[in-house]
Amino acid sequence: MIAHSVTQELEDRGISRRDFLQFCTAMAVVLGFPDSAAQAIAAAIEGEPRPILIWLEFQDCAGNTESFLRATHPTVADLILDTISLNYHETLMAAAGSQAEAALAQTVRDNAGKYVVLVEGSIPTGADGAYCTIGGRSALQIAREVCGNAAATIAVGTCAAFGGIPAARPNPTGAVSVADAVPGVKNLINLPACPANAENITALIVYYMTLKRWPPLDLYRRPLFAYGKTIHDNCERRAQFDAGQYVESWGDEAHRHGYCLYKMGCKGPATSQNCPSIKWNEGTNWPVGCGHPCIGCAEPNFWDTMTPFYQRLPNVAGFNVGRWVDPVGLGLTGLVTAAVVVHGVSEVARRRAGTDQSESESK
Amino acid sequence: MARIVVDPVSRIEGHLRVEAEVDGGAVTQAWSSSTMFRGIELILRGRDPRDAWAFAQRICGVCTTVHAIASIRAVEKAIGAVPPSNARQLRNLIMAAQNVQDHVVHFYHLHALDWVDVVSALGADPAKTSSLAQSISDWPLSSTNYFAGVQDRIKTFVQRGQLGPFANGYWGHPAYRLPPEANLLAVAHYLEALEWQRRFIKIHAILGGKNPHLQSFLVGGMATPVDPDAQSSLNMETIAALDKLIADGIAFVSRVYVPDVLAIASFYKDWASIGAGIGNYMCYGEYPEEDGENARLFLPAGIIYGRDLTKIANVDQAKISEWVAHSWYDYSVGDDKGLNPYQGETKPHYTGPKPPYERLDVAQKYSWLKSPRYDGVPMEVGPLARTLVAYASGRPARVKELVDKALSTLGVGPEALFSTLGRIAARAIEAQILVESMDNWVRGLAENMGRHDYRIQDNSKWDPSSWPSDCAGAGFHEAPRGSLGHWVRIGNGTIVNYQCVVPSTWNAGPRDAAGHPGPYEAALVGTPVANPEQPLEILRTVHSFDPCMACGVHVVDTMKREVARVRVM
Repeated sequence: MIAHSVTQELEDRGISRRDFLQFCTAMAVVLGFPDSAAQAIAAAIEGEPRPILIWLEFQDCAGNTESFLRATHPTVADLILDTISLNYHETLMAAAGSQAEAALAQTVRDNAGKYVVLVEGSIPTGADGAYCTIGGRSALQIAREVCGNAAATIAVGTCAAFGGIPAARPNPTGAVSVADAVPGVKNLINLPACPANAENITALIVYYMTLKRWPPLDLYRRPLFAYGKTIHDNCERRAQFDAGQYVESWGDEAHRHGYCLYKMGCKGPATSQNCPSIKWNEGTNWPVGCGHPCIGCAEPNFWDTMTPFYQRLPNVAGFNVGRWVDPVGLGLTGLVTAAVVVHGVSEVARRRAGTDQSESESK
Repeated sequence: MARIVVDPVSRIEGHLRVEAEVDGGAVTQAWSSSTMFRGIELILRGRDPRDAWAFAQRICGVCTTVHAIASIRAVEKAIGAVPPSNARQLRNLIMAAQNVQDHVVHFYHLHALDWVDVVSALGADPAKTSSLAQSISDWPLSSTNYFAGVQDRIKTFVQRGQLGPFANGYWGHPAYRLPPEANLLAVAHYLEALEWQRRFIKIHAILGGKNPHLQSFLVGGMATPVDPDAQSSLNMETIAALDKLIADGIAFVSRVYVPDVLAIASFYKDWASIGAGIGNYMCYGEYPEEDGENARLFLPAGIIYGRDLTKIANVDQAKISEWVAHSWYDYSVGDDKGLNPYQGETKPHYTGPKPPYERLDVAQKYSWLKSPRYDGVPMEVGPLARTLVAYASGRPARVKELVDKALSTLGVGPEALFSTLGRIAARAIEAQILVESMDNWVRGLAENMGRHDYRIQDNSKWDPSSWPSDCAGAGFHEAPRGSLGHWVRIGNGTIVNYQCVVPSTWNAGPRDAAGHPGPYEAALVGTPVANPEQPLEILRTVHSFDPCMACGVHVVDTMKREVARVRVM
């Protein structure tokens, strides 16, 4: 293999070093790092061999794949795609059939314990695995082999992370998450949402390449940099919520002027994700910005716990968060949220301050 | 005789397996099998019908929006909600943007590598590539330096020794016929299209909050507020942003996508007589140009039988039936009968080999897809069907104009449309027609704003207490891959039954009880195969349909009439 400088490659592609550093700064912002981290990210991307990625699709809709294709900073995202060697991805790869399967088998064989696998879609356990087969093998067989030999597994989207829509009541195919399908899988990180935001996928990869470890996670194995705060905490309409200004009817004056969607069923208070900060499609917009309530798509079992979508939170079956508008209830929720956030921040700070010796668990 | 198995068929949405018998250098028989099942229609039972669109939309993330549209239309029909004018314009824009973006991504990122040899592009002369580019289009990115830069980029990539997603491709296969310069041109546009699709789909973010899986649909209208005097609504700033993105779309489709398709097609004219298949074409029609029921549609509905462009039959939903003779489902009436969607049944029952397996027994059941039939016969649906119905109808006139122009550029007659190449050309022409028409719907929004008409929703039917206690409805849509229908029955405010009949089910379904093959299976017969170890030609014909398997499978039919329910018990 020919050694190749990333800087040279950037120049070949007409990307100046200044553009590259701007990209690194943007990544640092997404990851919640201080400005000075941009230099460290640049150094890491430039200095390292390219990690091998495998992208598996099981009971999926390819929505996460499509989301990945929408990654911002496009020119440099191309570079990042090239910087990573994407050895298997059914939707994008040139090879088909036995040639495709050979590429997967060879990658797993030659790089056992070294590659990173991204999984999109849930994994069915019913009918001996016949609800999803690829090349005649069941999703379960493939997941156990490929994730079982990976350095790390990233469950992209709510289906892979938590079972998602196939696992929604009554779960006709016995669909499960990666965590449940591959017991004991190493370094599992969940990137839920329906689909996962391209920015968060890219940020996670950059995080790993920069810091040589995986980020601190919450209870559901979600990175704190993207899931450490609720939608409600960061919502552009939070002031309207606090002021008691609500949309009462679709298209009314309050709706047109961007009032709070809580009464229309918004699940932002119960949903942890960074949509309000990074938005979607190159920062163009996000669902609340478009006048529709959050449906809670980054939360486990949201298809069952967050529905009916247009009912306000206290009435959602299985989600008993109390009386949100009541000052007492609000206070309680605030405390819970604050505890999660403070824990998250201190966890990040602890790890950031830590030396290499203290990071052995992430190796 | 050789038996070829292609599994997975890559560069599609979802999981598709093709088995084919090859004799004398061509396919003699083929079987299309879908190998993934989720059961979303079963999951929809018992839920709030106003939530159904969000569930249904997750049937597919590539053609995101399409199941949401069909779902809200079905529920609206059932409960009697009538979306106002602004909602109609917003939906037309969203649907057209989806079709246009999806068609471009399909051509460059899912299909082009069947025709374009990336490795050959390394040997191209950038100056000759520039001449070629300038001879087919006035697109400005066409200089010698530009193509030299792209070529260097690919060289660097190849020299690095890690081919990533391009590893194990069929590079050097004798069926690749483009000169190196045309290959380099196509590779450059593969990369440009990757960036263009990201830009263009911002239309969806503006109108739907995000893409994939837009989140602005409502039963009865749309959640996107419209008000020129409000910051949080669609206003003149967003109208201007839409105008710019649409202009960008028209430029790319008419100056890159369509010229590329015609240029590449000129080297593969033999594929204008390969892959026709069953020759029946169906279209439900799309893009209402008026409000309310029975509105005039921009693209007309109709059926063409046996490639006869002189007659167009009407579409009657009652003539649709689905068969399970070769599908992993049981029917209480016997698997040799077809059932209309209103009498449909669902009982998934896998009887194939236990995985891991080498071979499916295609004499038995072999797919998670059912076999939809219209009046007992298979129908091809999709851009070619829509284009043929519009071409034969004479409206919109722009269809005939662009089709005739493409045919004369290639020096072929209309019969060339019935082919693998015809599907590719029709998709490109349709993209141009739709992207050009988007401006009309933006103007419609602006005119409503000028009249102070800011209505986006039929709020009279939002509360379930306003609905009949028992009601049913069907919603139809022309998705990128073809005719889509959803059927819903609602009882006491919740979904009793839900059913979808989907484009890729029409096209990719297995044989029916009479043994008649589905459109993929029929189209593959006669497809040449130079090397059974590298079945590139099979991919060409299958990809020309733009398979979307998560959509096709389905599609559990859960719609049962009372009488059928009694019989089951």
